[in-house]
Amino acid sequence: MFTSLISGTWSQLRTLGMVFLHAFRRRETVNYPDEEVYLPPRFRGRIVLTRDPDGEERCVACNLCAVACPVDCIALEKGEKEDGRWYPSSFRINFSRCIYCGMCEEACPTSAIQLTPDFEMSEYRRQDLVYEKEDLQIDGPGKDHDYHFYKVAGLAIAGKDKGQGPDEAAPVDVKTLLP
Amino acid sequence: MATIQVDGRSYEVDGKDNLLQACLTLGFDLPYFCWHPALGSVGACRQCAVKQYRDADDTQGALVMACMVPAADGSRISIEDEQAREFRASVIEWLMVHHPHDCPVCEEGGHCHLQDMTVMTGHSRRRYRFRKRTHRNQYLGPFIAHEMNRCITCYRCVRFYRDYAGGEDLGAFGANDNVYFGRHREGVLENEFSGNLTEVCPTGVFTDRTHSERYTRKWDLQFAPSVCHQCSVGCNISPGERYGDIRRIENRYHGEVNRFFLCDRGRFGYGYVNRDDRPRRPEWHGETEETVTLDVDEALDRGADALREARRVIGIGSPRASLESNDQLRELVGQANFSTGIAEREQVCLTRMRRLNRDAGLPTPTLRDVESHDAILVLGEDLIQSAARLGLSVRQAVLARRERLAEARGIPAWNAEAVMTLAQDARHPLFVAYPTATGLDDVADRCLRQAPDDIARLGFAVAHAIDVKAPAVEGIDESTKATAEHIAETLLAAKRPLVISGGSLESTAIIEASGNIARALATRGRRGGLMLVRREANSTGVELLGSRPLEWALDELTRGAADAVVVLENDLHQRLPSGRVERALSAARTVIVLDHQRTSIWERADLGLPAASFAEGDGTLVSLEGRAQRFFQVFEPRYHRPETRIHQGWRWLQALRASLKRRAVPDVTLDAVTRDCARHHPALAGIVEASPSADQRVSGLKLARQPHRYSGRTAMRAHLDVSEPRPPQDPDTPFTFSMEGYYGFDRPRREVPFAWAPGWNSPQAWNKFTDEVGGHLRGGDPGVRLLEPTEDIGDYVNEIPPPFTSGVGEWQVVVLPRLFGGEETSSRATPIMARAAAVRLHLSEEDARRLEAEEGDTLVVETSLTRLSLPLRVDTTLPSGLVGVPAGLEAALVTGDRAWLSLAPEGEEEPP
Ligand code: SF4
Ligand code: SF4
Ligand code: SF4
Ligand code: SF4
Ligand code: FES
Repeated sequence: MFTSLISGTWSQLRTLGMVFLHAFRRRETVNYPDEEVYLPPRFRGRIVLTRDPDGEERCVACNLCAVACPVDCIALEKGEKEDGRWYPSSFRINFSRCIYCGMCEEACPTSAIQLTPDFEMSEYRRQDLVYEKEDLQIDGPGKDHDYHFYKVAGLAIAGKDKGQGPDEAAPVDVKTLLP
Repeated sequence: MATIQVDGRSYEVDGKDNLLQACLTLGFDLPYFCWHPALGSVGACRQCAVKQYRDADDTQGALVMACMVPAADGSRISIEDEQAREFRASVIEWLMVHHPHDCPVCEEGGHCHLQDMTVMTGHSRRRYRFRKRTHRNQYLGPFIAHEMNRCITCYRCVRFYRDYAGGEDLGAFGANDNVYFGRHREGVLENEFSGNLTEVCPTGVFTDRTHSERYTRKWDLQFAPSVCHQCSVGCNISPGERYGDIRRIENRYHGEVNRFFLCDRGRFGYGYVNRDDRPRRPEWHGETEETVTLDVDEALDRGADALREARRVIGIGSPRASLESNDQLRELVGQANFSTGIAEREQVCLTRMRRLNRDAGLPTPTLRDVESHDAILVLGEDLIQSAARLGLSVRQAVLARRERLAEARGIPAWNAEAVMTLAQDARHPLFVAYPTATGLDDVADRCLRQAPDDIARLGFAVAHAIDVKAPAVEGIDESTKATAEHIAETLLAAKRPLVISGGSLESTAIIEASGNIARALATRGRRGGLMLVRREANSTGVELLGSRPLEWALDELTRGAADAVVVLENDLHQRLPSGRVERALSAARTVIVLDHQRTSIWERADLGLPAASFAEGDGTLVSLEGRAQRFFQVFEPRYHRPETRIHQGWRWLQALRASLKRRAVPDVTLDAVTRDCARHHPALAGIVEASPSADQRVSGLKLARQPHRYSGRTAMRAHLDVSEPRPPQDPDTPFTFSMEGYYGFDRPRREVPFAWAPGWNSPQAWNKFTDEVGGHLRGGDPGVRLLEPTEDIGDYVNEIPPPFTSGVGEWQVVVLPRLFGGEETSSRATPIMARAAAVRLHLSEEDARRLEAEEGDTLVVETSLTRLSLPLRVDTTLPSGLVGVPAGLEAALVTGDRAWLSLAPEGEEEPP
């Protein structure tokens, strides 16, 4: 009984002492928002739609990001440019649902959709967390500087006719009899 | 039956099948491309390789193409064999050597057989580093898009288009690596079944252009089991919706009706559902010119007030509306005040046809059964224009001679190339009697181009030649008599003769002639069939309601015996001369119109109530074979457009009736109105059984309308409100407006919104739902048949018209049905308008010469009721004395009318 009282008191005092000593340690938290937070480049935050090296919209409206999204918070519709190029005529992400899992980015075959190191998206109204295409589209290529889907796809677009892609033979002439 | 061993286990299979069919029927996932259940095997793609062993001691085995080897009793095969697997994986790899990097921008993606097979064989990395072959595409018209780079040279497209559907303008060009599938030069694909290329082609070469414009992946579409509303055949369809619009129509397999194929009107004619100008809220067009849009309660109040004030209310039904809606209208106005909304001349034909279906002694075959008849006589129908899918079945019946010949030589029916080579041009006999050329002439034995009365006389003569007790035709000329006798002999010689006729020429004489032939065949004990073509999706059903024709309704209004009218989904101007319709409507004090289209009648109604189209409503239709089939609501229009107030016709009418009686509007369900309708009309008692009721559950679950990968649920309407509403509830059907619910294939069910099975995203997934490939749905084929023949054969009818003679300077009008543009609703769809041929007046060469008119000259056709000017088409097949007018142009022109023709005076405007 007496010994347990002694050891209990000692334990309490020791704890108090240790907590007190922590006041002199280096700080782990940052003084946000007065101080900036460092985020690694692959941090998964606000989603953007990027452009290809030629400055054209990268997204081809394939809908793979939408189907990959576990919370179904992406909705977009396909449009077609005059030259046959597919693009999203509308693109919406409901960030009030997004869990920043990055599945959309992983599914995207064109590197169009990318997550960025930005988490400062709070709003007072939940409705303001619904981002439309103009809120998502950025001007640069994001993390992937080179990929250009239409260059390697078989579709002909303005400036790249059939047979002009890399590793493409000139279109077949069906009228020839030569093998 | 045969016993085969697959990977060491024994199975019972049909010995007439090939190994591929047998394996797929057993449920194995064996990849394939060039084989198709309806087209047979050619062994072109080499994808279906399996190991076959001679006997139990054979451990080596040999690779064979499963689709080219009969499932003979005692066969031993292995699908899982290492070599076979490797072989199949390399075949895919070869096929993909030239395949473009297109999936993200390919309309086939997500329901692509090539994707499925690639995943199934495990090919995932491209090893080939050299140059890819490329092709140029062609413009193929408003229906089909072409992206030739994606071809894997399976030859399915040309085999369907040429060998199955009889098209001539699609071919395979080039040789070896250069093979090209397209037209000899750019242009619209001419065949009426071109849309099936989008499902037959296992890749994205041929895709649905109308869908591409507002593209949605298959996994994002909401589907419901539906029935095509574009003609009377009753093909089953799966319409897909997204964002409140129908995006595409897919074939829905029905083992007895359409099976794998639809016609282009059915597949591409849905655009009227999406029209911007559709009425979406009730409209009040008062005395002041202004239109007021109303909410539901206001609309009902105003409607009820107006009807309450009326002395007598007439109800005009519609053969393009469901039985339930028509019946509710009848309930609202009372049997004594209800009209079917069908013009008298057409209704008379419908009644005759219904009687013949019962008492002509021969049953009505299903479309599938049509294909097993071996001699066919078509009287007065151009099937490809009036009931296209039936025409395609008739073509198969005629070509089936090949399989009979092959059978006699022990060649299995699935061995397509061998069967074709053996049979060459051998065909079952087909006779077509019609005023002008028809779409089946290329496979017909004899095409008899005659005036309607002469067609009827020929028919009566055939009946007489089969059975002398049938009335003889007076004053028949020798050559007609010889033809009739030849036809009679051919029909008698056949195992299963089939007579097809219908209401297209609106001649009761032709219909009765076909009835006499049927009775004669039945009397002579032939196991034949009689098929009678109706015009609209529910013509057969609405006739069974047994009410008066449209003329009666208009007359009641005109003579003041009634002062209010409720018109249900019916543009009366399409049925009777505008003057007559206008007179009746202006005589009425109150005109209430329910429709899903802004028709000319809607515009002049006092109150317009926006009714559901097939996409937003449920109901029952009766097809030309007397099959009652239910179609189900595809989507809830208010989910994406909250301002809309679209409801099913029957729901509006039920509510209007309650408001009229100042009662609270009750919650009615589809099942209740269907039961009511069945109770009111003994002939329709069977419709309750047409599909399962709303309380059907599979393992306790409702059935899902959306595929389980449906995306965007929390974003698609987030711009309206970030908090998603509860998904719409559906008390009327066993389906949910969500992905929650059963969607699999292994619990048999009759009504399947969309076909999907693990690993099978393309339409080939239907093979998982059938009892054997190309067989019947395991849960039973949808619908019930209402018109079975009775035991007693009716008496021969003696209504033989005198032979046709053309007066001098006088012509007889023949209205020619048109697949594209000749039907009320589909002709409001943009792609159909684009596809419809320019309207022309048909005139024989001789008559054109007499009028000194040349091809393209504008002619004026005048009857006692109307006047119309159209450019001339010299039709070398038309007998002289007739003038052919395309259907859907002018309701005042009716087959049989007398008409006068003249060259249009200089400067007369052509109509658009
Ligand atoms: S990060 Fe995840 S939750 Fe957010 S949009 Fe992408 S897939 Fe959806
Ligand atoms: S996956 Fe990429 S290319 Fe496809 S729709 Fe999404 S962002 Fe666009
Ligand atoms: S176009 Fe399609 S159906 Fe025709 S051969 Fe090529 S892949 Fe086969
Ligand atoms: S045949 Fe008739 S029912 Fe069938 S798809 Fe064509 S229009 Fe529709
Ligand atoms: S499916 Fe057997 S070879 Fe093509």
